[in-house]
Amino acid sequence: MSATVATGPQHTPAQAVRAKKRARNQGGNVLVYAIALAVVALTLGPVLYGVLGGFRSNAQLAENPAGLPAPWVLDNYLGVLKNPDFWQYALNSTMIAVITTVIVVVLGIMAAYPLARYQFRMREPIFMVFVLGLLFPATVAIVPLFILITRDLHMGNTWWGVALPQAAFALPMTVVILRPFLMALPQELEEAAQLDGASRIGFFWRILLPLSGPGMVTVGVLAFVGSWNAYLLPLLLLQGDMRTLPLGVADYSSEHSADTAGVFAFTALAMIPALIFFLAMQKRIVNGLQGAVKG
Amino acid sequence: MIQVVAQEVRYASTPVAQGPAAQAAATGQGPAESRAAKAGRRRRKPADRRKTLEILFFVSPALLLIAVFMLLPIIQAVRFSVYNWKGFGPLVDFVGLKNYARVLGNEVFTDAMIHNLIIIGGSIALQLPIGLGIALLLNRKMKIQSLLRTIIFVPYVLSEVIAGVIWFQLLQPQYGVIDTILSKLGVQGPAQGWLGTPELALWTVLAVLTWKYLGLAVILFLAGLQGVPSELYEAAEIDGASWWQIQRRITIPLLGPTLRTWGFLSMIGSLQLFDMVWILTGGGPANSTTTMASFLVSEGTKRQNFGVAAAASVVLFIVALILAVSYQQFVLKRDSQPDDERTKAKKVKA
Repeated sequence: MSATVATGPQHTPAQAVRAKKRARNQGGNVLVYAIALAVVALTLGPVLYGVLGGFRSNAQLAENPAGLPAPWVLDNYLGVLKNPDFWQYALNSTMIAVITTVIVVVLGIMAAYPLARYQFRMREPIFMVFVLGLLFPATVAIVPLFILITRDLHMGNTWWGVALPQAAFALPMTVVILRPFLMALPQELEEAAQLDGASRIGFFWRILLPLSGPGMVTVGVLAFVGSWNAYLLPLLLLQGDMRTLPLGVADYSSEHSADTAGVFAFTALAMIPALIFFLAMQKRIVNGLQGAVKG
Repeated sequence: MIQVVAQEVRYASTPVAQGPAAQAAATGQGPAESRAAKAGRRRRKPADRRKTLEILFFVSPALLLIAVFMLLPIIQAVRFSVYNWKGFGPLVDFVGLKNYARVLGNEVFTDAMIHNLIIIGGSIALQLPIGLGIALLLNRKMKIQSLLRTIIFVPYVLSEVIAGVIWFQLLQPQYGVIDTILSKLGVQGPAQGWLGTPELALWTVLAVLTWKYLGLAVILFLAGLQGVPSELYEAAEIDGASWWQIQRRITIPLLGPTLRTWGFLSMIGSLQLFDMVWILTGGGPANSTTTMASFLVSEGTKRQNFGVAAAASVVLFIVALILAVSYQQFVLKRDSQPDDERTKAKKVKA
């Protein structure tokens, strides 16, 4: 922490110099902006087309697929918003993602704490369990997992039946990200707490948990994103009105394949909450992925 | 309860210490020593005992969850893979390695493996240069830089399903917007559609995947570029290096660890590819886009060939393990060798 403080001011004058130099070069940057514009168009084009497509009628779409809404039609969006299934799917997605996130964050920080700050014989071997866990995607175990959950645990078609295995497969990444984070908290803090009479558990509750807020938010966001976007496990486990939004979108698009505008509206509405949340949390997601990159 | 979990912990971690990837663990904690630890525990002071209980309290819930929902299904997959089992009745029809022979002798599966390899290679071959190019261009003081970053990140945060459904509509033959635009430019799209022509379908899927995951590459590369000390640029500029020379001689080499780790993430992701293929093509046409994951899901859920599906998943895991270990050995190894200054600097910033 103190190191971060120390590096901050050192960099600032250097960056200022650089900024000045860059400012002088700015004239030749038209090309850069042109490329940036092309990238933006290619990136956003399909998404915008989907959103705008929802404002057109099927007749408009058939007549001129590449056109703009003329006139703007709200029926498709209203139809989806009045569709109780849509809200049911959104509720299922939310609940499963919340349950997954809570399990991952609580169990993850608990597991990472002794692995980061206790000295004991089995520390590295236990950590290796989590590292090796990174290598097992849920795909590999999907069929036995399906049998385990539906037949042995009778949790098929429930929120928990999806959330628990998702949490299990998200835990390795969580622990791998959180451990170095907890290790980086200065030893002096722990010593000071001990001098003040705190036990290791007291240290965990009163000092470590509050300080590791940013780390927990990061892994929480990653777990939430993973769960919200998940398709394979819900596809096997959930049916009827237990389905999540990705399943709903996929099924809607195959069941109403003639109603292209409706499909666009449904898809656009399904992505809006996720887009807002994830873009707001963009920095956390990137931090988390980088954390994974650094190991 | 805690004692039971303790057994579990030991059970779970001992084989790991013997595993090939356990360099970090290979510090002399064999099974013999942990047995000694168990014997010695009774003689320890109460404080030690308390510490052990604390460790168990903190670690065991996570390990238990992993044991039940990850380890157990994986062990089951290995078990199923040697039986002929259609999903009902007991596991009695032991067939040895026959399922593996059926999987590896099945052209659909071997083609699926090749498709996965094409996706791995294609993703890296496309996203690395394009992503790096965009990242280098954006890595300068620009007023709209953070806006650009956010925009470029949009496809990544969409689920593969949503991206897939949108692209499926865009790629519709003739009436899709892509074919419409092409025909205005005087180019005729393929008659069966981009996703309906066996020779083109896999490449179309690859293009959509590139669209979806390029943003991740750019964002990670940009983040890596922040870690390159600006003093280096200034020194090079003072020495009269051109922009291009600076990128080639300083930025890209220093970005090495980020590029290599991104490559690893990309490879693992491509190996598990399922959602996008399932939405865009369902593995067709004529199995031209089947991946290992879509093969095992359709064997398992549509045909109830649980034995064959399990064998396929074991093969998928072994392929993933081989690729991961060799990548670790040949590519990532450079990064774990001492290069202390920079690693430390990066950690401090985190």
